[in-house]
Order: sequence, then structure tokens, then C-alpha cells
Amino acid sequence: MAKKKKKLPGLNTSSTADISFMLLIFFLVTTSMDTDTGLARRLPQPPDKDQEDAQIDVKERNVMNVRINAAGQLWCKVGNISDYIALEQLKPLAKDFIDNPTNSSKLPEKSGKEIDLLGACAVTDKHVISVQTDRGTPYDVYFQVQNELVAAYNELRDDLSKRKFGRLYQNLTDEQQVAVRAYYPQKISEAEPKNYGGN
Amino acid sequence: MPEMNTSSLPDLIFTILFFFMIVTTMREVTLKVKFTTPQGTELEKLGKKSTVSFIYIGPPTDALRAQMGSGTRIQLNDRYAEPREVMDFVAQERQGMTNQAEQTISIKADVRTQMGYITDVKEVLRKSWALRINYSATHRN
Repeated sequence: MAKKKKKLPGLNTSSTADISFMLLIFFLVTTSMDTDTGLARRLPQPPDKDQEDAQIDVKERNVMNVRINAAGQLWCKVGNISDYIALEQLKPLAKDFIDNPTNSSKLPEKSGKEIDLLGACAVTDKHVISVQTDRGTPYDVYFQVQNELVAAYNELRDDLSKRKFGRLYQNLTDEQQVAVRAYYPQKISEAEPKNYGGN
Repeated sequence: MPEMNTSSLPDLIFTILFFFMIVTTMREVTLKVKFTTPQGTELEKLGKKSTVSFIYIGPPTDALRAQMGSGTRIQLNDRYAEPREVMDFVAQERQGMTNQAEQTISIKADVRTQMGYITDVKEVLRKSWALRINYSATHRN
């Protein structure tokens, strides 16, 4: 009796799904999907070796001093105020300082500047916000201060963007953003400027 | 009733697998310090992963506390380090980057850290010309 030729059975692939499931779970465990966010800052350049004692003359009216002590308390000197303040007071004070809307002689001086798209403006481009900390200052307080200061700049930039271009700063074109940034340049210093000159 | 045809199930799973492989990133280091990052409102997304290096600052994890105590530590890659070692770390990280000018250092520090440690690290970063930094934080509602 001639044996009928058997048909080769197909490879059983029912476990492939399980294998790929295991791979999937492995990748889920070892990888992270979180997109990191944070407060972007730029450090000043390292001091030049040749001129270590270079003193930057900054007029007193152009400087806003924010000091944070080891207990996390804020002390601020701006315009007529030199006192301990609460964190919530910092943003309005900073906005007032950066913008100097009343052209007060206690707040930063304004200088004329020609900005593309905005024309001739009076901007307070000489202002400096100086943040000083103690070695014992909690990082959280320092971070919140930085956050409030950046918020002050962002709000001013948004205001100007809406007034001039009718849109929020982040929705502007690149050229418009450059113009707004030139109007409100961000100047937060952590290396304290020394030797304050007269008024 | 005929059985359902499951021959395309592996393909389906593979598709999901590839999706996850593309959108996620490998966790490179095992954390040896514990930290809760601060919460802020003015945060920006961190740029390309290939140009970012992380510095972790905080107290040792619970498992390591018995050996290492509970003082603030700085972690670079897989080990504890001193602030001055940050310079070598930055140089080493910079070596492998194609776009070295965009090197960003992300500082993931615990909220209770004293600023002294952070100032030390920042001073070294300045000296090593790694000027773009990022204080890692989460969004506050």
C-alpha cells in the first residue's frame, strides 16, 4: 500500500503574540515617556583671568536687589522699598521695575532705541535684577523667585505683544519675538554687580 | 463556529512595540538620590535629548541611606561625585555630542537642597563653559 505523502504542518505561530507581548512589556518598563520640563536659564560667562577685578558700574536706580536668607525670607530693594516682602509681592514689584511705566526717577532709566517693527521706543535696557542667596537658602524658594521673575518678563512681553500685534508672545513670528525681546530684555544676574555708582 | 483567525495578532503587538520604542527613551541611570523637583509656571520643554546631560542632587535613596547617611549628594551618571568632578563630566558628555554649542545641563535637585550645593555646581558649570542650564521642574496648576 503506497503511503500517501503527508502534507508538512505549518509552523505553530500562536506563541509569537506572547513573545512580542513580552518585548513590549520590557520596553514599557525600561523606558520613560515623560517629557522633561524645566526653567531654562543661562549662566554668565566665566570671569576673565586678565581682569578679575573688573567693576561694573551700575547706577543704583537700575538695580533691583533680591536677597534670600537661609530661612527662605525675601528681602527686596527697589525704588523706595527696601524691606522684607512676601513671594506674591515679587512679581508686581518686578514688573513695575522692568517697565517703569511712570518714568519715575527711582526706577530704571529709559533710553531711546530703534527697534524693527516697533519703531522708536524708550526702553529700560540698563536694568539688572540681582538675585543673591545664602548657602543655606532652600532650593525651592530660590526656584520660586526665579519663576516669579521670569513670569514678570513673560507677562510684560505678552502685554506688549497683544498691544502691538494682537497676539500672545508665543504665537508671534520670529521677527516679532525678537522685537519684543529687544523691548524687554531679560536681565537676571546672579553674579552680584559691585560698586554701585551714584544716581 | 469557526475559530477566530489570530495570525495577525503578533503583527499588531509588534506595531505597538515599535510605537513605544520610538516615542520613549531609555532610562540611562539608576537613581541613587531621592528628589522632588519644584513646581513652576513658566516652564519650557527640554530640547533634544542628545544634547542634554543630567545632574541629580538630593539625599541618598532609602536603600543607600544606611551606608551613605542622609546628607545632600550629587549624582553624575551612576555614582556620587564631588562638585569639582562636574567639570570632567561636562567635558566627557560634550565629547559625544554633534552639536556641542547646544549642550544643556539639566539640574534635577530636591526642593529641600541648600543653595550652597547648587551654587557650587553652577560655579563649576560656568568654569567649564556649560552655560545653558535648566532647573528641572513640574507644572503647577
